[in-house]
Amino acid sequence: MLIKRASDIKASEITPEHLYLSRRRFIGGTAALGVVATARVSAPWAFGDSTDARVESGRQDDEKLTSFDDVTTYNNFYEFGTGKGDPARNAHTLVPNPWSVTVEGECHKPGEYDLDDLLRGITTEERIYRLRCVEAWSMVIPWEGFSLNRLLPRFEPSSNARFVEFTTLYAPEQMPGQGRNVLEWPYVEGLRMDEAMHPLAIFATGLYGRPLPNQNGAPFRLVVPWKYGFKSIKSIVRIRFTASQPRNSWNIAAPREYGFYSNVNPEVDHPRWSQARERRIGQFFKRRTLMFNGYADEVAHLYEGMDLRVNF
Amino acid sequence: MTRGQFIRRIGKPVLWMACLTPVIIMVYDGFTGGLSANPIEDITHRTGTTALVLLLVTLGVSPIKRWTAIGALIALRRPLGLFAFFYGTLHFLTYLVLDQFFAWGFIVEDIMDRPYITVGFTALVLLIPLAVTSTKGWIKRLGAKRWNTLHRLVYLSAAGGVLHFLWLVKADTRKPIVFGVILVGLLATRLQRRSGRKRSVPAQSRPATLEAAAGSE
Repeated sequence: MLIKRASDIKASEITPEHLYLSRRRFIGGTAALGVVATARVSAPWAFGDSTDARVESGRQDDEKLTSFDDVTTYNNFYEFGTGKGDPARNAHTLVPNPWSVTVEGECHKPGEYDLDDLLRGITTEERIYRLRCVEAWSMVIPWEGFSLNRLLPRFEPSSNARFVEFTTLYAPEQMPGQGRNVLEWPYVEGLRMDEAMHPLAIFATGLYGRPLPNQNGAPFRLVVPWKYGFKSIKSIVRIRFTASQPRNSWNIAAPREYGFYSNVNPEVDHPRWSQARERRIGQFFKRRTLMFNGYADEVAHLYEGMDLRVNF
Repeated sequence: MTRGQFIRRIGKPVLWMACLTPVIIMVYDGFTGGLSANPIEDITHRTGTTALVLLLVTLGVSPIKRWTAIGALIALRRPLGLFAFFYGTLHFLTYLVLDQFFAWGFIVEDIMDRPYITVGFTALVLLIPLAVTSTKGWIKRLGAKRWNTLHRLVYLSAAGGVLHFLWLVKADTRKPIVFGVILVGLLATRLQRRSGRKRSVPAQSRPATLEAAAGSE
């Protein structure tokens, strides 16, 4: 399984401009009712740590990239409003630069770091991941990022650091949605340390080769592709190593509906709707949801012996 | 032109155009990329919201008719109610055809196992007998009293619609709660009227026409 560096990408695999600049033509798309997806070959799943073990991943057929237009105009980012189109409309008030990240908790190198300093010396790479929202829609997104395990060790987490917690910016003057407590602000999320150190978990700073648009969590966000999308916290300002399991915002809002682990699992339904199938944005027919969002080979071992119905 | 003539000759056509506007906009947006990246979800939400809004407007006709003493307004209630049913049907067909694409097993499971769908489906089914019996012929066949009793189902349907909406949102309950408050307010006007009416019904105030009798709720 290859890491795709710019020179490796064949011309045929580069997303045609019309795909990521195109507007949705819904009626045109469904005029071909019965035709599923596309003949175009998608870029192979690319991930892994550039220095060490390369992790293999299976490739699904008929999975093409979600258009740039769709990726950047259909978002759940309640800090900018609860409608799917609200973040694209309202996120222009976010100021992603300059940006600092506070690191604290069970580590030996806490502090307030300027993001540019943090990222200096880290080469980002393209990671094409599925993103599965808990609402049962999904996308395929070419992120620009790097594994957490390239950055977190710098802070020298201690042996007490069993979890890592992330916090989003709290700034109602930049994020008008924070004026309402539809969720408790600021948004928080967390991972178990072994999840965070898994090569699949990345910090993303861009998508489609460009810096993250504000509505996608500029300038610095998490992407954990085997979990429901709400775990992929956006616009991170704080990283805290903790001994005990951190709180996470959707679990706070509805503890019976959203857990901490939130692994994509077609066998464990949301209390109010099924998780067995999903709508891939840009496609008409629903598709079966895959265990761990199709990354079972890479991450299932992290949960051996755990009852995933209890630890949902 | 009398007020009644104005409402029937001009008010009704204008109402029709207003009620058709949402679906016209949906079709237009569908062809011009104005729907969201999840167009099926977008259409489902738009048709559902329109259905619920129209249902509440329908329930608002009688109170407004009484406050303004413009009896002829009752002529607008049937088209409004039928349009609510129209959008409710579109909403369900969007789910059936576009969302599930006739996956009957999943559909039945949804209706039986997901309370928000159970209550939504019920709310729509309750509107069917009301749509069928919406004509003058049926008012005659049933008689004003039985017709009025049957059409009280519209309250149950509206309540079901509000619950359906409330139970499907993830966290932003603002809209469903607003609809719920409006519904409660509209129901309150009926209860107020019922307690007022128990005192006496003088001969002159008995309704003169079939429609007015049917519209006395």
